[in-house]
Amino acid sequence: MSAAVTVTGVNKTFASKKQTTIALEAVDLEVAAGEFVSLIGPSGCGKSTLLRLIADLDAPTSGTVQVFGKSAKQARLDQDYGIAFQQAGLLPWRTVRENIELPLQLHRVAASARRARGDELLALIGLGEFGDRYPDQLSGGMQQRVAIARALAESPKLLLMDEPFGALDEMTRERMQTELARICADTGAAVVFVTHSIPEAVFLSDRVVVMSPRPGRIREIVPITLGGAQERTEGLREDAAFFAGVSAVREALHGGTPTALGVDNR
Amino acid sequence: MSQALGQAQGALAGSAARGRVRTVVAPLVLGVAIVLLWQAATVVLAIKPFVLPAPFAIGARFADRIEFIVPAALATGWNALLGLVVGAVVGILIAALAAAVRPIEQLGAPIATALSVIPIVSLAPVFYTMFDSSTDTTRVIVAAIAVFVPVYFNTLRGLLTSLPVHRDLMRAYAATGWQTTRTVTLPGALPFLFTGLRIASSLAVISSLVAEYFGGPVTGLGKAVTSAVSSSDYPLAWAFVIGAIVTGLAFYLVTYAIELIVLRHRRR
Repeated sequence: MSAAVTVTGVNKTFASKKQTTIALEAVDLEVAAGEFVSLIGPSGCGKSTLLRLIADLDAPTSGTVQVFGKSAKQARLDQDYGIAFQQAGLLPWRTVRENIELPLQLHRVAASARRARGDELLALIGLGEFGDRYPDQLSGGMQQRVAIARALAESPKLLLMDEPFGALDEMTRERMQTELARICADTGAAVVFVTHSIPEAVFLSDRVVVMSPRPGRIREIVPITLGGAQERTEGLREDAAFFAGVSAVREALHGGTPTALGVDNR
Repeated sequence: MSQALGQAQGALAGSAARGRVRTVVAPLVLGVAIVLLWQAATVVLAIKPFVLPAPFAIGARFADRIEFIVPAALATGWNALLGLVVGAVVGILIAALAAAVRPIEQLGAPIATALSVIPIVSLAPVFYTMFDSSTDTTRVIVAAIAVFVPVYFNTLRGLLTSLPVHRDLMRAYAATGWQTTRTVTLPGALPFLFTGLRIASSLAVISSLVAEYFGGPVTGLGKAVTSAVSSSDYPLAWAFVIGAIVTGLAFYLVTYAIELIVLRHRRR
């Protein structure tokens, strides 16, 4: 079985009239099937750009991106991944159910099958009674859950998520993380997850890819050994292994050895 | 949970009621005060009716001649409605064409801009000679052109504005061009279209009314105002003006009501 995502020697530059920005330089990454990988780093490290390349929303300047052994473009055309962004991006003129069923409708799934899948997904995200509401009647957290359900609509084997909980408050955020861990355990999908929260990355991931800016590069990949997705429950947040993971990622982010604040450690 | 919700809604309703008092009662009080001041001024300063008639005299005339005012308002309103429909349909179609074929938009931009700065009603005398001056055609055309401009510009802007997150989403779904148009672009353009229609609704009444000043059959509020003035019945002329205000307001409010219903789930 081929890996979910294989990124090989990818460079991405954005050229404007004034200057060229190197968004990504010599990036190699492999995400196994069913694996949860977070991309973390300061603003401008190219983590969102990398995700957009995997989703074929942008094309790399050089190098190749493969998704399930196909080109990223083919994978997009074949609908091999589901995607969610920081903004829920729901269509305000559609009900919650119609939003969730949007990808199915676009891909001409029969109405009855669509309805059945819609029911399943509404139950999965715990919004069973909200199917006929409109997005403006939902809280931010609920909207984001709808966006995740929409991403899961076609049971993709790969989920791409660009800071999906970035705009939520801390409490909602932790609840959503637990919920996402449960959903991943249920579906067995591989996930590429962009975030700039260290605890979030550690709580959810099998591996955390730490990136550095200017040019965007992978600095280090930190393996997190907290068990499978089904073990990522609330209790884990108090676990020593969780704190160890948080420290490991923090050290990697700050460039190796832990140093006092304000000390230049480059 | 539902109780708390109920309380929250109660509190909301309370503040909404207070808000309504402020938005409805306050302007009413101000309006009554102005009318009373106006009445007092005409009496105390002995202002001649041809300069400024007393509001009570206008009101009396309005009630007295309502059987003339209503048909005049209907005649003007009908022309305005036809103009509104024709202008809006043409405006929307051309905006859709311009959005789909960008060269058309670029070629058409100077013409559309020119159209927006021409005082359309000044073309009325020309149209009366071009078309049969015993019909309402000119009035409808003038209203339609006046309506076209805001509808065209707003619709075009709406069609060319879409949220990046929606664009990314449709690309991620490998949606076809037509699917994207139908599911994202067209519904997304609706709020813009309605802004255009709201502006156009009262413009339609104003321009079809003013077009009556330049010729055509002896129907409508504009003609009525001129004939009342020429027979020195100034309170009656003002009573027709009130009829015009009511007609314009009706157009605006109906358009606005449709907008509120259609866009009830959009955040403003």
